[in-house]
Amino acid sequence: MNAALALGDDALVLSHRLGEWAGHAPVLEEEVALANIALDLLGQARVLLSLAGDEDELAYLREERAFRNLQLVEQPNGDFAHTIVRQLYFSVYQHLLYERLAAGDGAFAPLAAKAVKEVAYHRDHAEQWVLRLGDGTEESHRRTQAGLDALWRFTGEMFQPVEGLDGPDSGVDREELRTTWLTAVTETVERATLNLPTGPQSGGWAAGAGRQGLHTEPFGRMIAEMQHLHRSHPGASW
Amino acid sequence: MSSSTDWPLWEVFVRSRRGLSHTHAGSLHAPDAEMALRNARDLYTRRSEGVSIWVVPSTAVTASSPDEKDSFFEPAADKPYRHPTFYEIPDGVKHL
Repeated sequence: MNAALALGDDALVLSHRLGEWAGHAPVLEEEVALANIALDLLGQARVLLSLAGDEDELAYLREERAFRNLQLVEQPNGDFAHTIVRQLYFSVYQHLLYERLAAGDGAFAPLAAKAVKEVAYHRDHAEQWVLRLGDGTEESHRRTQAGLDALWRFTGEMFQPVEGLDGPDSGVDREELRTTWLTAVTETVERATLNLPTGPQSGGWAAGAGRQGLHTEPFGRMIAEMQHLHRSHPGASW
Repeated sequence: MSSSTDWPLWEVFVRSRRGLSHTHAGSLHAPDAEMALRNARDLYTRRSEGVSIWVVPSTAVTASSPDEKDSFFEPAADKPYRHPTFYEIPDGVKHL
């Protein structure tokens, strides 16, 4: 499997999900924050997909089964707390991964070195919000805990090795990554007076098989919307 | 967008470059100072407009009143010797 595709699809799909908040975020300031994060991810996706082929063809003309993103990033936004938990789970992982890639000697080191600063901000944004939502009102606490529980089973997939990425020079050790991620997320969640779920981090019929092209039901609808314009007007430009 | 009215208003000051002063950039809503700083980063420094940000609760600002405009500012207008208008600004000085 193409590692650029795996990383690029994670960024592209999460970018699209965050973009769906435009016009719907709880406050204007937060709408801009989410859109900024979405644009950072889109920038990363463009570089990564261009390494794998033609970025537009890959983004707009692939079928669902050809996408290699984690199932975590395709999960629908839900309420704001749900989106923030998805951001926490993913951005802590992405930050740790890119830090390690940037320090390594692999093909993705230059890209990771550039993106790691953006991702550090995404992580900070998510952590700050989890603290406030968890330790906020009874309702924000309840909603955030529900998000932590609902998305937990999609977190295991982040620690499966990615072919072409986890080489000896890459600097990535998935078990070390999992331990460090768990420590960091636990610290934030406990400070926020919430509980990190303890159940299995994958399971069900195919939870954790996004890298193999198996996706959850909402993903089909998401890419239909994402690809609709390009497929209706092939080759159109501004 | 109703909940934004529950959040306090903050005034944002951005220093665009080392050596310059912080300048008022605008205002925003945020639940606390830390979040105000982050919102300010997203709203006012996205395109590398700044190297430093201050946020101040809007309630902490005491403003001069328009009613006092004459007594505050008028007396300065007719004293040209107070203004450095008789000097040529050297080419090398950019931020005077």
